[in-house]
Amino acid sequence: MRVVRAIGRWLEDRTGLGGVIGPLARHPVPPGARWSYIFGSATVIAFLLQMVTGAALATLYVPSAGQAYQSLQFISEHAMFGRILRGMHYFGASAMIVLMVIHLIRVFLFASYKFPREVNWLSGAVLMLLVLGLGFTGQLLRWDQNAIWSVVVGAEQAGRTPFIGDFMARLVLGGTNLGADTLTRFFTLHVFVLPGLVILLLSLHLYLVIRNGISEPPQAGRPVERATYRSWYRRMLDEHGVPFWPKAVWRDAVAMAIVVGVVLLLAWKVGPPPIGDPPDPSLVKAHPRPDWYFLFYFALLAIMPHALENYVIILGPLLVGVVLIALPFVAPDGERSLRRRPWAVATVVAMLTIVGALTMAGVHANWSPHFDEPVLPDAVVASDDHAVRDGARVFHDRACISCHRVAGYGGRRGPDLTTVGDRLTREQMTIRILNGGYNMPAYGSILEPGELDALLAFLQSRRHP
Amino acid sequence: MKTMIDAFQKAMDRRGFLSAVIAAAGALAALLLAAPVVGFVLGPIVRREPKDWRAVGAVDDFDKGATVKVALEDAGAASWAGRTGRTAAWLRRSPDGTFTAFALDCTHLGCPVRWNARAELFMCPCHGGVYYADGRVAGGPPPRPLTRYPVRVHNGQVEIKTEPIPIT
Repeated sequence: MRVVRAIGRWLEDRTGLGGVIGPLARHPVPPGARWSYIFGSATVIAFLLQMVTGAALATLYVPSAGQAYQSLQFISEHAMFGRILRGMHYFGASAMIVLMVIHLIRVFLFASYKFPREVNWLSGAVLMLLVLGLGFTGQLLRWDQNAIWSVVVGAEQAGRTPFIGDFMARLVLGGTNLGADTLTRFFTLHVFVLPGLVILLLSLHLYLVIRNGISEPPQAGRPVERATYRSWYRRMLDEHGVPFWPKAVWRDAVAMAIVVGVVLLLAWKVGPPPIGDPPDPSLVKAHPRPDWYFLFYFALLAIMPHALENYVIILGPLLVGVVLIALPFVAPDGERSLRRRPWAVATVVAMLTIVGALTMAGVHANWSPHFDEPVLPDAVVASDDHAVRDGARVFHDRACISCHRVAGYGGRRGPDLTTVGDRLTREQMTIRILNGGYNMPAYGSILEPGELDALLAFLQSRRHP
Repeated sequence: MKTMIDAFQKAMDRRGFLSAVIAAAGALAALLLAAPVVGFVLGPIVRREPKDWRAVGAVDDFDKGATVKVALEDAGAASWAGRTGRTAAWLRRSPDGTFTAFALDCTHLGCPVRWNARAELFMCPCHGGVYYADGRVAGGPPPRPLTRYPVRVHNGQVEIKTEPIPIT
């Protein structure tokens, strides 16, 4: 014991680190900063979890376009704890996104971005961008069919940039086509560039938290005034502040245990996301879907009016960026309490509703045609009429069923036709089928003589029992 | 004007001059480092991809009026690209015997379209784009018809020219 203490004294004498860290750890924080303040540090915990599990995964993952898939299969199926580690890295990413967004909402609702913490906010905004970048590049490292086509979708979106679209698309693909350079570039971003930038920005973010202090919980009628806030804050800390270590940090420790525990539990019980078919751009069986936290954007691209697309793809992210940057400058002082900022609450509720609704739409993806629907069973056709039975076959063979539903069979892109016979006359159906519509092909040149009559007989027979 | 002169004089005193030299040295070092690094990273992007005619089968292998998928090796594929270096096209032989080759990529956002032979439609799994057999848009968000690749008949073989992924 005496030896340990002697080494400690020697280290302290030569480095002085204890003298720096001690007071920093014990710095006073506002007394009201309780459970709602844990999400920032919980996000950092999730990031550390990602660094550790990521570094471990990188010891087996082979970042080569020709071999990544096989190495990932090995990790998932044969490597000791491989399934758990992949699961932890996946759920760690989800946790990081969720905690980051809660932290963002807390900061916004408490108006903690106001003077003097504007740069805290700005560095946080850049961190959010980097974390989303880590999420996107990470999904691609799964390097299956889904991943390579996601890269193509990403490149096509980058290609919508005015003037330099082609260059941007090539930048995403690592050339003019998918290939050897595509994966290694995303690997470099995911493993070196983005984490490095996160560490840099996170250091600034945390330094600013220490320098400007944790924002105190807001109170109605106590607005931020630039002339007096700093001295008021210092006085408040002198009188009521509690030492960060250990009076505040114990909640962060609880959060840490919960984050790691939940991620481990999910990794164990649910496991990592499945790896799809091998990455072969000559195979068309692919359903590129982003991970859940990007589903809202996937849905937006499918259901917005087609004419707005170019504006949304390019201006949408720009607008979000401008709003995030402008916020602390537009409202640098004044009331912080929610009671005096009803629009802040409305904004959060609206954003959560929009993103939530779009995410649900993305989960169902009703706009995607169904490719492998079976022929309608006799119980559904429910007719001995030859024309009706032929029509049911045409309905299947001519891929009407890919987009239209009948008695629970078929896609959801177009209207459900289970009882269409009650709604439309024969003439109305004929016009629609031959000419098509906004999202429907015109079948005039596709159907053979006789098929239209059969199809009409089948559709006319679809009525409420 | 006066403030400019002041600033100039300040910059030209001993310390100001030294700071300027240090900054210049730093900038020079950064530039010397940046040139090869940026060049290296952008290399694959500015490189001219070789294009090549690839035989995909004899003319008689393709039925008139049918559309089939043909796989081809990308011209610039590195040996370590594995299966990722492959690409493909939808090859259509019209009833009059002429060939058309379509890119797999939907012109909306690049997902691979699938040919439904019974319905004579290409359908996209991502956002529901639909095309007719001749590549025209039949429905959904695609802004333009399916991209075509150059195709020719050479010594009895159907050949398709490898092309970049169409960015639309």
